[in-house]
Amino acid sequence: MITKRIIPCLDVKDGRVVKGVRFEGLSDVSSPVELAEYYSKSGADELVFYDITASAEGRGLFTDILRETASRVFIPLTVGGGIHSLEDFDRVLKCGADKVSVNSGAIRSPALIREAAQRYGSQCVVLSADVKRVDGQFRVFGRGGRDDTGLEAIAWIQQGVALGAGEVVVNSIDTDGVKGGFDLELLEAVCAAVKVPVVASGGAGKVADFTKLFQTIPGVDAGLAASVFHFGEIAIPALKAELRQNGILVR
Amino acid sequence: MIAVIDYGVGNLFSLCRSLEAIGQAPVVTGDAETLHQAHRLILPGVGAFADAAEKLRATGLDQVLREEAGRGKPILGICLGMQLLFEESHEFGRCPGLGLIPGKVVPMEGVIPPDYKIPHIGWNALDFPQGKQHPLLRTVQAGDCVYFVHSFWADQCGDACIATTEYGAVLTAAVAHGKVMGCQFHPEKSGDVGLQILRTFCEEDW
Repeated sequence: MITKRIIPCLDVKDGRVVKGVRFEGLSDVSSPVELAEYYSKSGADELVFYDITASAEGRGLFTDILRETASRVFIPLTVGGGIHSLEDFDRVLKCGADKVSVNSGAIRSPALIREAAQRYGSQCVVLSADVKRVDGQFRVFGRGGRDDTGLEAIAWIQQGVALGAGEVVVNSIDTDGVKGGFDLELLEAVCAAVKVPVVASGGAGKVADFTKLFQTIPGVDAGLAASVFHFGEIAIPALKAELRQNGILVR
Repeated sequence: MIAVIDYGVGNLFSLCRSLEAIGQAPVVTGDAETLHQAHRLILPGVGAFADAAEKLRATGLDQVLREEAGRGKPILGICLGMQLLFEESHEFGRCPGLGLIPGKVVPMEGVIPPDYKIPHIGWNALDFPQGKQHPLLRTVQAGDCVYFVHSFWADQCGDACIATTEYGAVLTAAVAHGKVMGCQFHPEKSGDVGLQILRTFCEEDW
């Protein structure tokens, strides 16, 4: 039976890993290549590299880091951040990415999902959505969680999957950085709406949050987190041992 | 020399880096003479069967592969590359493959329960049919996980099936027919378990 995936996310700016609490107040943590190797050895099932660089110079540093990581780490790598065109897909896939996640780029141009899925296959295209409750509705936010797009989240995710996204990363802005657990209500709604793998993101603070996630919503395929892994608050081997003890299949 | 067959399908970056990580110096080529001189051939691939099969035909590499297989050269197909080794595929209509391994490639849909997601993406455990372990998998323990991404699978392989995985149904995970071998999963993305399989393929005296 397929196992639940544990995915550390590395936010990369100018070639270094950073992690913001609620997307603000960045602090430099470590080297992406070293961190990736460390995670791979400790049992991470996949890694997400999120490029939060704005400059062309930073982009270049990012692809250097990606290439180096993909030469040393042999588990699936997903890349996100700054993906607005097929050229962006091409740029990161050539450097060893296996999947590419689109967020703001797809909000601006939903056709990007279809074009990328046609060229590279759905398995390569991940729709990442930053979601926040506004007036009792799940709303999609763009530009790293700063702009309310007005889009209803579940409908947007369904549209993205219909266009060809092969996986969905659901990041709850409401629970992100709070460390009080994943946004189960949101994730339940997404899992009921789509039939592609769903990755939960935002809110993991302790091992039990992952256990609760997979026990409460069997449709969730993976749990993603950043700072709790980077700061050693959760060690992946211990997390997996705990999940296994609770009857959840992990690698 | 290990040759990775270049026929314009798929991303070869990770495969080449993984081969380098186990001490090989892979050559990416579509040149018949180079493929003839290579000691081992790896047929990669992602995407649609018909497109890939057509590219192999258009480049004449289908003939090269049949000849090299006939000479007893070890060949390893990965993912779609494995599927191409079979007689035919039923992905969007019937399409002939290389015919190097008995069996056919069919959709998972209808074989696995409807609530299972397709594609089958993620880490899943390997098992050996009747407990028999093929030399390609001698470093693998039953229960070891490898990384899969696929919507079609190879059915009716008979004795050629050397490993299975369970995803609502028992699916073919690896095959071998003489010196022609294949993995449905991605060894280059399956951590140490995958690297060891690549190492065995490259170093074993087949």
